[in-house]
Amino acid sequence: MLLSIDWILFLEKLILIAIVIFASLGIALYTTFAERKVAAVLQDRPGPNRAGPFGLLQPFADGLKLIMKEEIIPNTSNKVLFILGPFLAMTAALMTSAVIPWSSDVHLFGRVIPLQIADVNIGILYIFAVVSLGVYGIMIGGWASNNKFSLMAALRGASQAISYELAMGLSLIALLMTTGTLQLGEIVKQQIEPGHWWNIVYQPLGFLIFIICAFAECNRTPFDLPEAENELNFGYHQEYSSMKLGFYLFSEYVNMFISSVVMATLYFGGYDVPFLNENLLSPNVAAIIGVIALLVKVVIFIFIFMWVRWTIPRFRYDQLMNLGWKSLVPLALANMLITGAVILWLGK
Amino acid sequence: MQALTNRAQPVNRKPMTFLERLYLINIFKGMLITFSHIFKKQPTIQYPDQKRPFSPVFRGLHVLNRDEEGRERCTACGLCAVACPAEAITMEAAERLPGEENLYREEKYAARYEINMLRCIFCGLCEDACPKDAIYLSETFAPANFNRTTFIYGKQNLLIPNPLTEPEAYAKAKGLN
Repeated sequence: MLLSIDWILFLEKLILIAIVIFASLGIALYTTFAERKVAAVLQDRPGPNRAGPFGLLQPFADGLKLIMKEEIIPNTSNKVLFILGPFLAMTAALMTSAVIPWSSDVHLFGRVIPLQIADVNIGILYIFAVVSLGVYGIMIGGWASNNKFSLMAALRGASQAISYELAMGLSLIALLMTTGTLQLGEIVKQQIEPGHWWNIVYQPLGFLIFIICAFAECNRTPFDLPEAENELNFGYHQEYSSMKLGFYLFSEYVNMFISSVVMATLYFGGYDVPFLNENLLSPNVAAIIGVIALLVKVVIFIFIFMWVRWTIPRFRYDQLMNLGWKSLVPLALANMLITGAVILWLGK
Repeated sequence: MQALTNRAQPVNRKPMTFLERLYLINIFKGMLITFSHIFKKQPTIQYPDQKRPFSPVFRGLHVLNRDEEGRERCTACGLCAVACPAEAITMEAAERLPGEENLYREEKYAARYEINMLRCIFCGLCEDACPKDAIYLSETFAPANFNRTTFIYGKQNLLIPNPLTEPEAYAKAKGLN
């Protein structure tokens, strides 16, 4: 009987996975539109407004355009890796969503369904493992193109991601010292508990380091060196066309969405609504409110991503490395030490 | 060295303070500036739906005029072609035959009249040179096209519609309605 499978559980998870993936893709789709709109508004322009009401159909027009383009595979490229690159980027971007707690449990048909695909007890480690896989998409794509600009961009991207992962991990260690768990569901539940603030209150410096590193991990401005248009000619996806290019561009937005979710979950209480006692509501209503609360937080983070992009110019490569190794890593270490000292002093 | 103007500013080479080197405050200031632009009025004009009015002296595409009886005013004297600094105008004259008095006002008319809109600089000297008030510059400009030859406008493009047979098109071309 060890091998008996709970088929309903299997079905539940399958449905949840489908919903999460389609929701991520849908949100990423509209993030591309929001990016253009935010850029436009910050620059006193109206932005795309021709396709559909308020230009709402613009992402579909963009997608259609990309699909209709000619698929070009360069003669001298490594064909297998060239095709594999964008898929790796996309897969790595989507995989992170597996451990995110989207909301509190739903009660349906007499079953308690957690709105989390897998509540593994090493959730944060899993996220780090998958996020660092994202480098392979850039690296393989850039190398397989057999183009020196792509290769240089890929090298930059890889070294950038590795340098910033270090500071990111160190900033999270301080967070883990206060929460005492790697389980994301547990971290959120701790923040919801009455008398307990969101983690941003306990770890403001850690959050600052984390958000800077998240910008670098997503290759967003001011750290968009891998695709620096003016010096590297579009960077690692220069040789790509059609939907393979679309996958690369799209995975950037999925990444942005996922890292916004992670930030909201770790530092801003996940699906918690401030000053609202969820226990007084019926569990299903609380779950729906939770999803909405999480999405609102995510939208705010995505806006900040865009806001920063259209404000700050790109870093130079040596400045990027200086910031990463000489400022963020020591800061994260100091943050860790201080956190540890405070915890010891309070005798927690 | 003496400064040429009194506006010269010495470059500030003071080393940055710790707060300045952090950059965070300056980044935040910059973000406030971009955020304030959300509330600014957009100067955009939604072109095909919304058009900016031209000034009354705007010089656009040429129109070959007719008189009130619908006859072509041009007598093919060639003064416009002589006046044209860009040499964009060519014409061929022909003699009016008996029975064509309702088509052409003068005894000589332009059988072929072409303006190369790619050469034209829209200076309006042809308008000034014309003794018969036959050519004037309208308030429209040349639309884009894929083919260079389409920018050589012949009489069929330039002539204003006949006010007697097509009064509506004539009024539209004149900009009366």
